[in-house]
Amino acid sequence: MLEINDLHASVEGKEILKGLNLNVKAGEIHAIMGPNGAGKSTLASIIAGKEEYEVTKGNIVLEKEDIEELAAEERAHKGIFLSFQYPVEIPGVTVTNFMKTAINETRKAQGLEEMPAKDMLKKIREKSELLEIDRKFLSRSLNEGFSGGEKKRNEIFQMAMMEPKLAILDETDSGLDIDALRIVANGVNKLKSEQNAIVVITHYQRLLDYIIPDFVHVLYDGKIVKSGTKELALELEEKGYDWIKEEINA
Amino acid sequence: MELKDKLVSSFLAFENTVDVDTAVHDIRSQAIKTFEEKGFPTKKEEAWKYTSLNTVLKHDYSIFPKEENAIEFKDIKRYFLYDLDTYKIVFIDGQYSSHLSETTHDKIDVCLMSSALTHEKYKPIIDTYFNKITPQDGLSSLNTAFSREGAYIYIPKNTIADKPIQIIHFATGKESAQMLQPRNLIVVGENSNVQIIERHQSLSKNPVLTNSVSEIFADKSAFVDYYKIQNDDQSASLIDSTYIEQHAKSVASVHTFAFGGNITRNNLNFYQKGEGIDSILNGVTIIEGKQHVDHNTLVHHTEPNCESHQDYKGIFDERATGVFNGKIIVNKEAQKTNAFQSNNNILLSDKATINSKPQLEIFADDVKCSHGCTIGQLDDNALFYMKSRGIGEKEARALLMYAFANNVLSSVKIPQLKSRINKLIAKKLGVDIGFDL
Repeated sequence: MLEINDLHASVEGKEILKGLNLNVKAGEIHAIMGPNGAGKSTLASIIAGKEEYEVTKGNIVLEKEDIEELAAEERAHKGIFLSFQYPVEIPGVTVTNFMKTAINETRKAQGLEEMPAKDMLKKIREKSELLEIDRKFLSRSLNEGFSGGEKKRNEIFQMAMMEPKLAILDETDSGLDIDALRIVANGVNKLKSEQNAIVVITHYQRLLDYIIPDFVHVLYDGKIVKSGTKELALELEEKGYDWIKEEINA
Repeated sequence: MELKDKLVSSFLAFENTVDVDTAVHDIRSQAIKTFEEKGFPTKKEEAWKYTSLNTVLKHDYSIFPKEENAIEFKDIKRYFLYDLDTYKIVFIDGQYSSHLSETTHDKIDVCLMSSALTHEKYKPIIDTYFNKITPQDGLSSLNTAFSREGAYIYIPKNTIADKPIQIIHFATGKESAQMLQPRNLIVVGENSNVQIIERHQSLSKNPVLTNSVSEIFADKSAFVDYYKIQNDDQSASLIDSTYIEQHAKSVASVHTFAFGGNITRNNLNFYQKGEGIDSILNGVTIIEGKQHVDHNTLVHHTEPNCESHQDYKGIFDERATGVFNGKIIVNKEAQKTNAFQSNNNILLSDKATINSKPQLEIFADDVKCSHGCTIGQLDDNALFYMKSRGIGEKEARALLMYAFANNVLSSVKIPQLKSRINKLIAKKLGVDIGFDL
């Protein structure tokens, strides 16, 4: 589904990704872990199409199509979704209206009719129940005054609404208490299917107790330096990242 | 001939055609003298520092319409709120259009200034209210001297106007350049209620200069809800002066939607004469090109326990320029005043300009007054966030701009008007998305 080949990327002249390779197939969950400053969030933003980052070498292929020239909204139309580490507050736009606009603009781009209001409401109701979101919450301004946990839950609600092929969860576990973590993870697991794929970016192993990855990768200094299965995550949790740094530098 | 000289000499011919030997005539004669003395404002005056009328005044305006120009309703329907039952007072090139209007004398008077100024029946009201709160500046005096036509609205006490009133001025462009000077008088009795929507619309590319004056009186516990839609052609300039006197426990609210025109200047003055008054001033300005919009507001608190709320949002693109000058005066006697003012602006281009100036003159010691002004750009992170959800660049920008102005828009109390304004904004921003938030 997603193939990243020898990806080099920089922001303001500073190289952040230095030859990254990643291959994600439909039906898989990949976890990307790594120390602070390794380039994890940069990778997430680049896949989603943030313009500040410049791809200097390599490519990103989604379902056999090069996407690194596409705008963020075009990538969304093709099924990429990024759950933000820091969701942006947008006063004046309600959660519901934001989702209506997002879904209808995406449908328009895909050559589909707007979703009938009745279907939209039904979908909103279903997905908000999945994430245990109060209905009142949906008529509030997007992320404005939301707690950290509410913001993250709202991100996964949006994921449920958009039904992406490839979802990237950037530090979705940060700011979540254990109950919220369970709700979010449960939501993600229910959305998982053989047709889609999930990339979980996280600093800690905690979330991976709930969202079980098929593969775990360690990102360090702009490259994937080690890959393994879920046991690797446990090892990292126990031993930290220093041993990997030592291994690399040796 | 310069416009000023032309106006002064035209007055001699004009004055003999209207209300000779009446009190109004004396007011006119005095007003033209004031105009002759003061003339048009220049940038040397503090209140006009950022707005120059030079380019506007150089046209050779015709001052009186030469003929009655008819327009078919279907050609101008879009300028009306046609999906709402309203009274309508419509003028074409300054002349009343009976076939486009719908007036009444049943319980309330919704009719013409020209009849109010000449008919004996209205004399007590005219004597009491006409030109009583209009300041003696050059432009307002000029309007007073030539005031002949406009809307006359009288709501007696304990009466709720049964439907909103639309006041619309069309300029057809049959003259190569035209100056219009509408004069409105609106008197709302004790415990009464009215909603008014005002619009000025040029129908051609010929220059139009409108120098409009409205006087509004809200008696005790009256409720006045006024909306101004300024979305005119690039060749049309508007100086819109609105003077409002409020008595105890009255609420007066004015929304100004400035979406276009050449030079638009709004003088909006509230004079509070009683306790427990609330004055609300809301504005949304969205302009581009070389358009210029200047909001000059004044709220004068004279008695205790009153409030005022000002909220002006501005979005300026290309080389557009904006001015916000908000003056609040709190007299020594006006203790427990709550006066709030906020002016937030977004500049979409580095060539766009906004000059924002709060002016607070507070002589009472137990008051709550606050003012805030921001000038910023659209947030790139918010744009990326929206785009990552499949919302296109243009739509994302439009949604952010709409959201920015939303708290003013959501305070519009007429749903059909709100929906019309949403559509005007969507059209202006070139997007096809529903803003019904």
